[in-house]
Amino acid sequence: MTSLSGASGSLSLNLRIWRQDNPGEPGAYRSFRLERVGADLSLLEALDQLNEQLIATGERPVHFEHDCREGICGSCGFLVNGQAHGPRAATSVCQLYLRQFADGATLTLEPWRSRAFPPIQDLVVERSALDRLIAAGGYCSVNTGQAPDGNAMLIGQEQAASAFATATCIGCGACVASCRNASASLFVAAKLAHLGQLPQGQPERRRRARAMQQQMTAEGFGSCSSNLECEAVCPKQISADWISWMHREAR
Amino acid sequence: MSSLPDPQLPAGPIAEAWRRSREALPLISPLRKRNLTLLVVGTGLAGASAAATLAEQGYRVRVLSFHDSPRRAHSVAAQGGINAARAQAVDGDSVSRLFADTLRGGDFRAREAGCQRLAEISSAIIDQCVAQGVPFAREYGGTLATRSFGGALVSRTFYARGQTGQQLLYGAYQALMRQVAAGRVELLCRREVLELITVDGVARGVVCRDLLSGALEVHTAQAVLLATGGYSNVYFLSTNALKSNASAIWQAHRQGALFANPCFTQIHPTCIPSGDAYQCKLTLMSESLRNDGRIWLPASAGDERAPAAIPEDERDYFLERLYPAYGNMAPRDVASRRARELCNAGHGVGPGGRSVYLDLRDAIAREGRQVIEARYGNLLEMYERISGDDPTDTPMRIYPAPHYTMGGLWVDYPLMSSIPGLFVLGEANFSEHGANRLGASALMQGLADGYFIAPATVTAWLSGHPTPTIADDAPACREALERARSRIGALFQGGGTLPVDAFHRQL
Ligand SMILES: Cc1cc2nc3c(=O)[nH]c(=O)nc-3n(C[C@H](O)[C@H](O)[C@H](O)COP(=O)(O)OP(=O)(O)OC[C@H]3O[C@@H](n4cnc5c(N)ncnc54)[C@H](O)[C@@H]3O)c2cc1C
Ligand code: FES
Repeated sequence: MTSLSGASGSLSLNLRIWRQDNPGEPGAYRSFRLERVGADLSLLEALDQLNEQLIATGERPVHFEHDCREGICGSCGFLVNGQAHGPRAATSVCQLYLRQFADGATLTLEPWRSRAFPPIQDLVVERSALDRLIAAGGYCSVNTGQAPDGNAMLIGQEQAASAFATATCIGCGACVASCRNASASLFVAAKLAHLGQLPQGQPERRRRARAMQQQMTAEGFGSCSSNLECEAVCPKQISADWISWMHREAR
Repeated sequence: MSSLPDPQLPAGPIAEAWRRSREALPLISPLRKRNLTLLVVGTGLAGASAAATLAEQGYRVRVLSFHDSPRRAHSVAAQGGINAARAQAVDGDSVSRLFADTLRGGDFRAREAGCQRLAEISSAIIDQCVAQGVPFAREYGGTLATRSFGGALVSRTFYARGQTGQQLLYGAYQALMRQVAAGRVELLCRREVLELITVDGVARGVVCRDLLSGALEVHTAQAVLLATGGYSNVYFLSTNALKSNASAIWQAHRQGALFANPCFTQIHPTCIPSGDAYQCKLTLMSESLRNDGRIWLPASAGDERAPAAIPEDERDYFLERLYPAYGNMAPRDVASRRARELCNAGHGVGPGGRSVYLDLRDAIAREGRQVIEARYGNLLEMYERISGDDPTDTPMRIYPAPHYTMGGLWVDYPLMSSIPGLFVLGEANFSEHGANRLGASALMQGLADGYFIAPATVTAWLSGHPTPTIADDAPACREALERARSRIGALFQGGGTLPVDAFHRQL
């Protein structure tokens, strides 16, 4: 029972961070060293600490997205040594703890890179393309007050659990960032599978599949060539099998 | 401050009072709605559900959110579930029981008519969410599954694993995006509301800041709905997301909206305790774990043995001992207070003696590791990731932390603040939870406000109050803009050397 006590000690890190003032200007890596930070801190808390030091010296703090810091809001996300959300499977970067790394390690942090995610500043990119994919059809068309009794449709336990598993996508964009075609196939497939597995999603199933995939192309996302990197980096471990399922759906 | 404004409580017996008053509320024709603009601030459960519903009804809706996407609002983090009285279970739950539990849980400080309304609406919320495709847990037979939550003796909490808030929010978010696609909602993200615009004492818009460009913007409307969440983040370490901020309701209060019960904050008993000074927040472990986890401390103070080395008769299952009826499911405030007292008396475990054990051992022995892992999967993983300990081998360590704020902007029964035309929804208002909120009732309240109450009451208010459109450069707008500009200017003039977080940490 020592791990929360700071008994796992402290470590020093070299951080190589992508710095870019704004979308119009070229970016570059800058190196920083963090001395003796608590190993029980998260990587983002280490960046908080770095930012406090930068502010004290009058330098602009490193801009990164974050909010819940517990792996559920999908705000955070950048590459750590080339891997989306870093080395730990099924983990968003806010849930990456320093005890994961060796003392003296060098971590290279860079933003998602994809045509559909324009850069904003440092590690932050614009991901509203994902919202527009949902707007294209990722819903059931039911107005408030029109709903039938929730028990009128029986849904088997397994079926509900499988729909739930695809509905857990947090919209972080790691799948896009790690795909060499910058495809949003896993994101779209997850939403189609969530609604397509439930009786409520049936009336609009075909239209939804077509509209969301068309929007994907319109936003500049690439197509899927089955490298399965998306599945490997997904913090919610959504299965890429749903992508082949999606391709059958659209027909 | 002189006397309180009229809370507009319904007359007659409170049972069915909401149905009666709703049926009597004046309406507005769909044609007229098309010419009326409403401003909704916040896209959590309350804001997203209100914006989507108002747009469905024909209003032009403009939505402002601090986040980069509506889907990120803090509601996404709610774990355990949502209450509803559906009288379907065998344990005798009913609308009047949920009403009574809400009132009792709140130490009789809540408005009875409001609690009754919530209980009456609760079932329709579940139907609405199911129709949107929210994948609630189901029984083998296919019906909706429930579990019990702190402060309740019946099983009325509907859930989607440990991610209920996420699934409910995505339902509301998808309904909202459908209206965005239909052109009825204009969605403006990364905007921080800084100032309220009032004309002749009536709320008519806001000044906000574009968080990327820094530009100040004026948005006017026929009415303003604030759904900006609670203020637990005034404490540096809370379970709230880091962007949860109280700035919008605080600003409204500074501009004259009454604030009710600010001291009623909920301290949640089951959070992962703090370690390092740079730790930025405390992570909640859903209290649904108290269904299966037993809470205990060493019976003798200062016992430093590892938990496994402490024999059964030297463990104090203090909630079971003190509250045999509720056991580990004692209401949150009670569980938090007892844990804190015992830790202060030297029984606490972990660093600084600032935690208590939540032990799944007996549940695992009874039902098997697999069943327990399936029930709480993501929570157990989260605990392990943060603490480095496996909760199926070693008891979890938990400690109380600020979590929810029952207090908030004062609203009347129709959810309007003391500034006419300013409606307040969700955790941002002070409604219905009195001095203490029942577990799984915040989601219920946020969605009741957004899907069902505000759409009816905002319409009723607008029908009786002609609010001619005002220009963006009207004197009231220019003044509000100037106030915001000079406040920001003053901050830049400050010239100190301490980073913002240093102040927050000291609070
Ligand atoms: C970890 C955790 C677990 C929880 N679990 C449960 C549970 O199991 N059951 C339950 O019933 N309740 C639970 N709660 C409580 C519940 O989640 C919240 O009370 C509820 O979700 C609040 O919803 P909301 O819509 O009022 O606000 P929020 O979801 O907080 O949304 C606030 C919105 O306002 C916006 N905003 C805020 N300030 C500004 C500003 N100045 N300008 C512009 N926009 C702004 C934000 O961008 C956001 O969109 C939990 C809370 C926490 C912290
Ligand atoms: S900050 Fe919310 S998922 Fe990482």
